[in-house]
Amino acid sequence: MRLANRVVPFLLLAAAAMFVRAPFMIEAAPIESTMGVIQKIFYFHVPSAAASFLGAFVCGIASAIYLWRRSRTADHLAVSGAELAVVFGLIVLVTGPLWARKAWGVWWQWDVRLTMTLVMWMIFVAYLLLRRFGGPGSEVLSAAVGVFGMALVPFIYVSVNYWRTIHPNTNVVRSLPPEMSEPFRWAMIAFMLLFAALLIVRTRLEAGRAALEEAYVSLED
Amino acid sequence: MRVLRAAWLIARKDLVVEARSRELAYTTLFFAVSCVLVFAFAFVREGRAIEDAAAGILWVTLAFSGTLALGRAFERERQADTLRALLLAPTERAAVYLGKLLGLLVLMLAVEAIIVPIVGLLFAAPIGRAPLLLGALVVTGTIGFAAVGTMFAAMLVRAHSRDVLLPMLLYPIAVPVIIAGVRGTAAIFAQEPNLEAAQAWLSMLVFFDAVFVTLALWTFGPVMSE
Repeated sequence: MRLANRVVPFLLLAAAAMFVRAPFMIEAAPIESTMGVIQKIFYFHVPSAAASFLGAFVCGIASAIYLWRRSRTADHLAVSGAELAVVFGLIVLVTGPLWARKAWGVWWQWDVRLTMTLVMWMIFVAYLLLRRFGGPGSEVLSAAVGVFGMALVPFIYVSVNYWRTIHPNTNVVRSLPPEMSEPFRWAMIAFMLLFAALLIVRTRLEAGRAALEEAYVSLED
Repeated sequence: MRVLRAAWLIARKDLVVEARSRELAYTTLFFAVSCVLVFAFAFVREGRAIEDAAAGILWVTLAFSGTLALGRAFERERQADTLRALLLAPTERAAVYLGKLLGLLVLMLAVEAIIVPIVGLLFAAPIGRAPLLLGALVVTGTIGFAAVGTMFAAMLVRAHSRDVLLPMLLYPIAVPVIIAGVRGTAAIFAQEPNLEAAQAWLSMLVFFDAVFVTLALWTFGPVMSE
Protein backbone atom coordinates (compact mmCIF):
# COMPACT_ATOMS: atom_id res chain seq x y z
CA MET A 1 0.00 0.00 0.00
CA ARG A 2 2.90 2.35 0.87
CA LEU A 3 4.45 1.85 -2.51
CA ALA A 4 1.10 2.32 -4.22
CA ASN A 5 0.62 5.64 -2.42
CA ARG A 6 3.98 6.85 -3.58
CA VAL A 7 3.18 6.07 -7.20
CA VAL A 8 -0.02 8.12 -7.17
CA PRO A 9 1.51 11.56 -7.98
CA PHE A 10 3.38 10.09 -10.94
CA LEU A 11 0.29 8.30 -12.19
CA LEU A 12 -1.77 11.48 -11.91
CA LEU A 13 0.91 13.57 -13.64
CA ALA A 14 1.28 11.09 -16.45
CA ALA A 15 -2.50 10.81 -16.86
CA ALA A 16 -2.85 14.63 -16.84
CA ALA A 17 -0.11 15.02 -19.45
CA MET A 18 -1.73 12.40 -21.62
CA PHE A 19 -5.17 13.96 -21.27
CA VAL A 20 -3.73 17.31 -22.32
CA ARG A 21 -2.29 15.86 -25.49
CA ALA A 22 -5.22 13.55 -26.28
CA PRO A 23 -7.52 16.23 -27.80
CA PHE A 24 -4.80 17.25 -30.27
CA MET A 25 -4.29 13.68 -31.36
CA ILE A 26 -8.00 13.09 -31.66
CA GLU A 27 -8.37 16.31 -33.64
CA ALA A 28 -5.61 15.17 -36.00
CA ALA A 29 -7.17 11.74 -36.54
CA PRO A 30 -9.07 11.36 -39.82
CA ILE A 31 -12.81 11.95 -39.89
CA GLU A 32 -14.75 8.72 -40.31
CA SER A 33 -16.49 8.65 -43.70
CA THR A 34 -20.01 7.55 -42.71
CA MET A 35 -20.45 8.83 -39.17
CA GLY A 36 -18.49 12.04 -39.56
CA VAL A 37 -17.05 14.01 -36.70
CA ILE A 38 -19.31 12.41 -34.06
CA GLN A 39 -17.28 9.20 -34.39
CA LYS A 40 -14.49 10.93 -32.43
CA ILE A 41 -16.48 10.42 -29.22
CA PHE A 42 -15.35 6.82 -29.56
CA TYR A 43 -11.87 7.77 -28.28
CA PHE A 44 -13.37 8.56 -24.88
CA HIS A 45 -16.42 6.33 -24.93
CA VAL A 46 -14.57 3.02 -25.32
CA PRO A 47 -11.80 3.71 -22.76
CA SER A 48 -14.45 4.81 -20.23
CA ALA A 49 -16.35 1.60 -20.86
CA ALA A 50 -13.13 -0.38 -20.36
CA ALA A 51 -12.43 1.51 -17.12
CA SER A 52 -15.99 0.96 -15.95
CA PHE A 53 -15.83 -2.78 -16.57
CA LEU A 54 -12.43 -2.89 -14.91
CA GLY A 55 -13.93 -1.16 -11.88
CA ALA A 56 -16.74 -3.71 -11.78
CA PHE A 57 -14.20 -6.50 -12.06
CA VAL A 58 -12.01 -5.08 -9.27
CA CYS A 59 -15.09 -4.70 -7.09
CA GLY A 60 -16.21 -8.27 -7.78
CA ILE A 61 -12.84 -9.88 -7.10
CA ALA A 62 -12.21 -7.75 -4.01
CA SER A 63 -15.73 -8.51 -2.75
CA ALA A 64 -15.14 -12.23 -3.15
CA ILE A 65 -11.85 -11.96 -1.26
CA TYR A 66 -13.57 -9.94 1.46
CA LEU A 67 -16.39 -12.48 1.77
CA TRP A 68 -14.08 -15.42 2.33
CA ARG A 69 -11.02 -13.87 3.92
CA ARG A 70 -12.54 -10.81 5.65
CA SER A 71 -9.59 -8.72 4.52
CA ARG A 72 -10.31 -5.05 5.27
CA THR A 73 -8.14 -3.84 2.41
CA ALA A 74 -10.17 -5.95 0.01
CA ASP A 75 -13.34 -4.26 1.28
CA HIS A 76 -11.87 -0.79 0.75
CA LEU A 77 -10.72 -1.81 -2.71
CA ALA A 78 -14.21 -3.10 -3.49
CA VAL A 79 -15.83 0.26 -2.63
CA SER A 80 -13.34 2.10 -4.80
CA GLY A 81 -13.91 -0.32 -7.67
CA ALA A 82 -17.68 0.08 -7.42
CA GLU A 83 -17.47 3.87 -7.31
CA LEU A 84 -15.16 4.00 -10.31
CA ALA A 85 -17.44 1.60 -12.19
CA VAL A 86 -20.31 4.01 -11.55
CA VAL A 87 -18.36 7.17 -12.46
CA PHE A 88 -16.84 5.82 -15.67
CA GLY A 89 -20.12 4.07 -16.43
CA LEU A 90 -21.83 7.45 -16.26
CA ILE A 91 -19.39 8.77 -18.86
CA VAL A 92 -20.23 5.78 -21.06
CA LEU A 93 -23.96 6.32 -20.63
CA VAL A 94 -23.66 10.01 -21.50
CA THR A 95 -21.29 9.74 -24.46
CA GLY A 96 -23.10 6.70 -25.89
CA PRO A 97 -26.44 8.44 -26.54
CA LEU A 98 -24.65 11.52 -27.95
CA TRP A 99 -23.09 9.27 -30.55
CA ALA A 100 -26.24 7.18 -31.06
CA ARG A 101 -28.31 10.29 -31.82
CA LYS A 102 -26.13 10.89 -34.89
CA ALA A 103 -25.30 7.32 -35.86
CA TRP A 104 -28.66 5.62 -35.23
CA GLY A 105 -30.96 8.65 -35.13
CA VAL A 106 -32.19 7.88 -31.62
CA TRP A 107 -30.77 8.55 -28.19
CA TRP A 108 -31.30 5.06 -26.89
CA GLN A 109 -31.87 1.59 -28.32
CA TRP A 110 -33.02 -1.38 -26.25
CA ASP A 111 -30.24 -3.43 -27.65
CA VAL A 112 -28.54 -6.23 -25.71
CA ARG A 113 -25.30 -4.39 -25.12
CA LEU A 114 -26.84 -1.11 -24.07
CA THR A 115 -29.33 -2.80 -21.79
CA MET A 116 -26.71 -4.95 -20.10
CA THR A 117 -24.39 -1.98 -19.60
CA LEU A 118 -27.24 -0.02 -18.02
CA VAL A 119 -28.14 -2.98 -15.83
CA MET A 120 -24.56 -3.42 -14.69
CA TRP A 121 -24.33 0.28 -13.91
CA MET A 122 -27.53 0.07 -11.88
CA ILE A 123 -26.21 -2.90 -9.91
CA PHE A 124 -23.19 -0.91 -8.83
CA VAL A 125 -25.32 2.12 -8.00
CA ALA A 126 -27.40 -0.26 -5.85
CA TYR A 127 -24.15 -1.47 -4.30
CA LEU A 128 -23.24 2.07 -3.29
CA LEU A 129 -26.76 2.83 -2.02
CA LEU A 130 -26.66 -0.33 0.09
CA ARG A 131 -23.36 0.70 1.62
CA ARG A 132 -24.70 4.15 2.34
CA PHE A 133 -28.09 3.23 3.78
CA GLY A 134 -27.74 -0.41 4.81
CA GLY A 135 -26.49 0.41 8.29
CA PRO A 136 -23.91 -1.64 10.19
CA GLY A 137 -22.87 -4.87 8.56
CA SER A 138 -23.68 -3.67 5.08
CA GLU A 139 -20.08 -4.32 3.93
CA VAL A 140 -20.74 -8.05 3.89
CA LEU A 141 -24.08 -7.64 2.13
CA SER A 142 -22.67 -5.33 -0.49
CA ALA A 143 -19.82 -7.77 -1.07
CA ALA A 144 -22.42 -10.32 -2.15
CA VAL A 145 -23.92 -7.73 -4.50
CA GLY A 146 -20.44 -7.07 -5.91
CA VAL A 147 -19.93 -10.77 -6.62
CA PHE A 148 -23.29 -11.01 -8.42
CA GLY A 149 -22.59 -7.79 -10.32
CA MET A 150 -19.27 -9.08 -11.57
CA ALA A 151 -20.90 -12.31 -12.71
CA LEU A 152 -22.91 -10.23 -15.17
CA VAL A 153 -19.88 -8.57 -16.79
CA PRO A 154 -18.91 -11.58 -18.95
CA PHE A 155 -22.50 -11.75 -20.20
CA ILE A 156 -22.18 -8.17 -21.37
CA TYR A 157 -18.94 -8.86 -23.17
CA VAL A 158 -20.26 -12.00 -24.81
CA SER A 159 -23.54 -10.30 -25.66
CA VAL A 160 -21.85 -8.01 -28.16
CA ASN A 161 -20.17 -10.69 -30.15
CA TYR A 162 -22.71 -13.51 -30.08
CA TRP A 163 -26.16 -12.06 -29.88
CA ARG A 164 -27.60 -9.98 -32.66
CA THR A 165 -26.89 -6.40 -31.76
CA ILE A 166 -26.62 -3.07 -33.52
CA HIS A 167 -23.81 -1.87 -31.28
CA PRO A 168 -20.42 -2.04 -33.05
CA ASN A 169 -18.64 -5.17 -31.89
CA THR A 170 -15.22 -5.36 -30.31
CA ASN A 171 -13.52 -6.32 -33.59
CA VAL A 172 -13.84 -2.67 -34.62
CA VAL A 173 -10.84 -1.85 -32.46
CA ARG A 174 -8.60 -4.33 -34.27
CA SER A 175 -9.68 -3.12 -37.71
CA LEU A 176 -8.86 0.54 -37.05
CA PRO A 177 -6.47 2.26 -39.46
CA PRO A 178 -3.22 3.30 -37.74
CA GLU A 179 -4.11 7.03 -37.77
CA MET A 180 -7.15 6.18 -35.67
CA SER A 181 -5.75 3.43 -33.50
CA GLU A 182 -2.88 5.60 -32.27
CA PRO A 183 -5.04 8.25 -30.52
CA PHE A 184 -7.33 5.44 -29.39
CA ARG A 185 -4.50 3.61 -27.68
CA TRP A 186 -3.26 6.88 -26.25
CA ALA A 187 -6.68 7.64 -24.73
CA MET A 188 -6.95 4.06 -23.47
CA ILE A 189 -3.64 4.32 -21.60
CA ALA A 190 -4.57 7.76 -20.22
CA PHE A 191 -7.86 6.40 -18.89
CA MET A 192 -6.16 3.37 -17.38
CA LEU A 193 -3.58 5.54 -15.62
CA LEU A 194 -6.34 7.78 -14.29
CA PHE A 195 -8.26 4.70 -13.20
CA ALA A 196 -5.26 3.30 -11.31
CA ALA A 197 -4.55 6.63 -9.61
CA LEU A 198 -8.18 7.13 -8.58
CA LEU A 199 -8.42 3.55 -7.37
CA ILE A 200 -5.43 3.96 -5.06
CA VAL A 201 -6.52 7.37 -3.76
CA ARG A 202 -10.09 6.22 -3.15
CA THR A 203 -8.94 3.04 -1.40
CA ARG A 204 -6.73 5.11 0.88
CA LEU A 205 -9.61 7.47 1.59
CA GLU A 206 -11.89 4.56 2.44
CA ALA A 207 -9.27 3.07 4.76
CA GLY A 208 -9.00 6.45 6.50
CA ARG A 209 -12.76 6.76 6.77
CA ALA A 210 -13.04 3.26 8.27
CA ALA A 211 -10.27 3.99 10.79
CA LEU A 212 -11.97 7.24 11.78
CA GLU A 213 -15.31 5.51 12.23
CA GLU A 214 -13.71 2.86 14.37
CA ALA A 215 -12.09 5.55 16.53
CA TYR A 216 -15.49 7.22 16.98
CA VAL A 217 -17.12 3.96 17.98
CA SER A 218 -14.41 3.09 20.50
CA LEU A 219 -14.63 6.62 21.93
CA GLU A 220 -18.36 6.23 22.51
CA ASP A 221 -18.01 2.87 24.26
CA MET B 1 -27.95 -36.17 0.59
CA ARG B 2 -27.86 -34.97 4.19
CA VAL B 3 -27.94 -31.37 2.97
CA LEU B 4 -30.96 -32.05 0.80
CA ARG B 5 -32.75 -33.74 3.70
CA ALA B 6 -32.08 -30.77 5.96
CA ALA B 7 -33.23 -28.42 3.20
CA TRP B 8 -36.44 -30.40 2.83
CA LEU B 9 -37.07 -30.22 6.60
CA ILE B 10 -36.64 -26.42 6.56
CA ALA B 11 -38.90 -26.07 3.53
CA ARG B 12 -41.50 -28.29 5.15
CA LYS B 13 -41.37 -26.21 8.33
CA ASP B 14 -42.00 -23.05 6.29
CA LEU B 15 -44.82 -24.66 4.39
CA VAL B 16 -46.47 -25.95 7.55
CA VAL B 17 -46.29 -22.47 9.11
CA GLU B 18 -47.73 -21.05 5.91
CA ALA B 19 -50.45 -23.68 5.65
CA ARG B 20 -51.62 -22.79 9.17
CA SER B 21 -51.71 -19.01 8.72
CA ARG B 22 -52.02 -18.72 4.91
CA GLU B 23 -50.86 -15.13 5.39
CA LEU B 24 -48.35 -15.09 2.55
CA ALA B 25 -50.46 -17.06 0.11
CA TYR B 26 -53.54 -14.83 0.51
CA THR B 27 -51.72 -11.48 0.57
CA THR B 28 -49.40 -12.36 -2.32
CA LEU B 29 -52.23 -13.68 -4.43
CA PHE B 30 -54.44 -10.67 -3.73
CA PHE B 31 -51.59 -8.29 -4.51
CA ALA B 32 -50.83 -10.14 -7.76
CA VAL B 33 -54.46 -9.95 -8.85
CA SER B 34 -54.64 -6.23 -8.11
CA CYS B 35 -51.43 -5.76 -10.12
CA VAL B 36 -53.02 -7.50 -13.09
CA LEU B 37 -56.10 -5.29 -12.75
CA VAL B 38 -54.04 -2.09 -12.79
CA PHE B 39 -52.34 -3.29 -15.95
CA ALA B 40 -55.66 -4.23 -17.47
CA PHE B 41 -56.77 -0.61 -17.25
CA ALA B 42 -53.53 0.58 -18.81
CA PHE B 43 -53.03 -1.87 -21.65
CA VAL B 44 -56.38 -3.08 -22.87
CA ARG B 45 -57.90 -1.26 -25.85
CA GLU B 46 -61.34 -2.32 -27.09
CA GLY B 47 -61.26 -5.60 -25.23
CA ARG B 48 -57.88 -6.70 -26.54
CA ALA B 49 -54.50 -6.26 -24.93
CA ILE B 50 -51.95 -4.38 -27.01
CA GLU B 51 -49.33 -6.58 -28.60
CA ASP B 52 -46.87 -8.31 -26.25
CA ALA B 53 -48.54 -6.66 -23.24
CA ALA B 54 -49.74 -9.96 -21.77
CA ALA B 55 -46.24 -11.39 -21.48
CA GLY B 56 -44.94 -8.22 -19.86
CA ILE B 57 -47.88 -8.02 -17.45
CA LEU B 58 -47.42 -11.64 -16.44
CA TRP B 59 -43.74 -11.20 -15.60
CA VAL B 60 -44.04 -7.84 -13.89
CA THR B 61 -46.78 -9.30 -11.73
CA LEU B 62 -44.65 -12.32 -10.92
CA ALA B 63 -41.72 -10.08 -9.99
CA PHE B 64 -43.79 -7.72 -7.82
CA SER B 65 -45.69 -10.41 -5.96
CA GLY B 66 -42.50 -12.46 -5.63
CA THR B 67 -40.76 -9.52 -3.95
CA LEU B 68 -43.64 -9.20 -1.50
CA ALA B 69 -43.47 -12.90 -0.61
CA LEU B 70 -39.67 -12.79 -0.25
CA GLY B 71 -39.74 -9.84 2.12
CA ARG B 72 -42.49 -11.31 4.28
CA ALA B 73 -40.97 -14.79 4.40
CA PHE B 74 -37.91 -13.46 6.19
CA GLU B 75 -39.77 -10.83 8.19
CA ARG B 76 -41.53 -13.74 9.86
CA GLU B 77 -38.19 -15.24 10.95
CA ARG B 78 -37.06 -11.88 12.22
CA GLN B 79 -40.19 -11.15 14.23
CA ALA B 80 -40.08 -14.50 15.98
CA ASP B 81 -36.31 -14.18 16.33
CA THR B 82 -35.88 -17.61 14.84
CA LEU B 83 -33.33 -16.77 12.16
CA ARG B 84 -30.47 -17.19 14.60
CA ALA B 85 -31.85 -20.56 15.66
CA LEU B 86 -32.12 -21.54 12.03
CA LEU B 87 -28.51 -20.53 11.37
CA LEU B 88 -27.37 -22.39 14.48
CA ALA B 89 -28.98 -25.59 13.25
CA PRO B 90 -26.36 -28.35 12.96
CA THR B 91 -26.32 -28.38 9.19
CA GLU B 92 -24.59 -26.53 6.41
CA ARG B 93 -25.63 -22.99 5.52
CA ALA B 94 -26.33 -24.23 2.01
CA ALA B 95 -29.12 -26.40 3.41
CA VAL B 96 -30.73 -23.37 5.08
CA TYR B 97 -30.59 -21.47 1.80
CA LEU B 98 -31.96 -24.38 -0.23
CA GLY B 99 -34.74 -24.97 2.28
CA LYS B 100 -35.83 -21.35 2.23
CA LEU B 101 -35.62 -21.28 -1.56
CA LEU B 102 -37.70 -24.43 -1.85
CA GLY B 103 -40.39 -23.13 0.50
CA LEU B 104 -40.62 -19.84 -1.40
CA LEU B 105 -40.68 -21.61 -4.75
CA VAL B 106 -43.65 -23.75 -3.74
CA LEU B 107 -45.49 -20.63 -2.59
CA MET B 108 -44.65 -18.54 -5.67
CA LEU B 109 -45.49 -21.35 -8.06
CA ALA B 110 -48.83 -21.87 -6.33
CA VAL B 111 -49.64 -18.18 -6.82
CA GLU B 112 -48.47 -18.31 -10.43
CA ALA B 113 -50.68 -21.32 -11.12
CA ILE B 114 -53.58 -18.95 -10.50
CA ILE B 115 -52.11 -15.81 -12.06
CA VAL B 116 -51.23 -17.37 -15.43
CA PRO B 117 -54.83 -18.43 -16.18
CA ILE B 118 -56.09 -15.02 -15.00
CA VAL B 119 -53.74 -13.27 -17.42
CA GLY B 120 -54.84 -15.66 -20.13
CA LEU B 121 -58.46 -14.89 -19.36
CA LEU B 122 -58.25 -11.12 -19.04
CA PHE B 123 -55.86 -10.43 -21.91
CA ALA B 124 -56.91 -13.17 -24.31
CA ALA B 125 -53.40 -14.61 -24.15
CA PRO B 126 -53.13 -18.07 -25.76
CA ILE B 127 -51.81 -19.88 -22.67
CA GLY B 128 -52.92 -23.23 -24.11
CA ARG B 129 -50.80 -22.87 -27.24
CA ALA B 130 -47.63 -24.41 -25.83
CA PRO B 131 -48.51 -25.19 -22.21
CA LEU B 132 -45.39 -27.22 -21.47
CA LEU B 133 -43.04 -24.60 -22.84
CA LEU B 134 -44.90 -21.80 -21.06
CA GLY B 135 -44.85 -23.79 -17.84
CA ALA B 136 -41.14 -24.43 -18.18
CA LEU B 137 -40.47 -20.72 -18.80
CA VAL B 138 -42.49 -19.69 -15.75
CA VAL B 139 -40.86 -22.32 -13.52
CA THR B 140 -37.27 -21.61 -14.60
CA GLY B 141 -37.88 -17.86 -14.45
CA THR B 142 -39.28 -18.18 -10.94
CA ILE B 143 -36.31 -20.31 -9.87
CA GLY B 144 -33.87 -17.68 -11.13
CA PHE B 145 -35.78 -14.83 -9.52
CA ALA B 146 -36.25 -16.64 -6.22
CA ALA B 147 -32.61 -17.83 -6.18
CA VAL B 148 -31.35 -14.24 -6.13
CA GLY B 149 -34.28 -13.01 -4.06
CA THR B 150 -33.89 -15.57 -1.26
CA MET B 151 -30.22 -14.73 -1.01
CA PHE B 152 -30.77 -10.97 -0.74
CA ALA B 153 -33.88 -11.17 1.42
CA ALA B 154 -31.98 -13.37 3.87
CA MET B 155 -29.00 -11.09 4.10
CA LEU B 156 -31.10 -7.93 4.37
CA VAL B 157 -32.95 -9.24 7.43
CA ARG B 158 -30.61 -7.36 9.71
CA ALA B 159 -30.03 -4.30 7.52
CA HIS B 160 -31.67 -0.91 7.88
CA SER B 161 -34.41 0.10 5.42
CA ARG B 162 -34.61 -3.44 4.08
CA ASP B 163 -38.04 -2.93 2.49
CA VAL B 164 -36.58 -0.44 0.04
CA LEU B 165 -33.27 -2.16 -0.40
CA LEU B 166 -34.66 -5.56 -1.41
CA PRO B 167 -36.30 -4.50 -4.70
CA MET B 168 -33.46 -2.09 -5.35
CA LEU B 169 -30.88 -4.89 -5.25
CA LEU B 170 -33.07 -7.63 -6.61
CA TYR B 171 -34.45 -6.06 -9.80
CA PRO B 172 -31.19 -5.06 -11.51
CA ILE B 173 -29.64 -8.45 -10.79
CA ALA B 174 -32.78 -10.35 -11.77
CA VAL B 175 -33.19 -8.35 -14.99
CA PRO B 176 -31.55 -11.00 -17.21
CA VAL B 177 -34.07 -13.53 -15.91
CA ILE B 178 -37.00 -11.16 -16.44
CA ILE B 179 -35.84 -10.29 -19.97
CA ALA B 180 -35.52 -13.96 -20.91
CA GLY B 181 -38.89 -14.73 -19.34
CA VAL B 182 -40.71 -11.86 -21.05
CA ARG B 183 -39.15 -12.46 -24.47
CA GLY B 184 -39.76 -16.21 -24.28
CA THR B 185 -43.38 -15.76 -23.22
CA ALA B 186 -43.93 -13.05 -25.83
CA ALA B 187 -42.62 -15.42 -28.49
CA ILE B 188 -45.30 -17.94 -27.50
CA PHE B 189 -48.11 -15.37 -27.20
CA ALA B 190 -47.29 -13.57 -30.48
CA GLN B 191 -49.69 -13.58 -33.46
CA GLU B 192 -47.18 -15.76 -35.26
CA PRO B 193 -45.69 -17.83 -32.44
CA ASN B 194 -42.00 -18.55 -32.63
CA LEU B 195 -41.52 -21.62 -30.45
CA GLU B 196 -37.88 -21.99 -31.40
CA ALA B 197 -37.10 -18.56 -29.99
CA ALA B 198 -39.03 -19.46 -26.85
CA GLN B 199 -36.90 -22.59 -26.50
CA ALA B 200 -33.71 -20.55 -26.92
CA TRP B 201 -34.85 -18.20 -24.13
CA LEU B 202 -35.73 -21.21 -22.01
CA SER B 203 -32.24 -22.63 -22.34
CA MET B 204 -30.85 -19.23 -21.41
CA LEU B 205 -33.06 -19.22 -18.31
CA VAL B 206 -31.75 -22.65 -17.33
CA PHE B 207 -28.24 -21.28 -17.72
CA PHE B 208 -29.01 -18.20 -15.58
CA ASP B 209 -30.61 -20.43 -12.95
CA ALA B 210 -27.48 -22.56 -12.75
CA VAL B 211 -25.25 -19.48 -12.43
CA PHE B 212 -27.45 -17.78 -9.82
CA VAL B 213 -28.04 -20.84 -7.65
CA THR B 214 -24.33 -21.72 -7.70
CA LEU B 215 -23.30 -18.16 -6.80
CA ALA B 216 -25.91 -17.95 -4.06
CA LEU B 217 -24.87 -21.29 -2.56
CA TRP B 218 -21.31 -20.07 -2.57
CA THR B 219 -21.93 -16.70 -1.02
CA PHE B 220 -24.73 -17.58 1.40
CA GLY B 221 -22.39 -19.17 3.96
CA PRO B 222 -19.93 -16.29 4.35
CA VAL B 223 -22.68 -13.63 4.14
CA MET B 224 -24.82 -15.19 6.86
CA SER B 225 -21.96 -16.00 9.25
CA GLU B 226 -21.72 -13.57 12.09
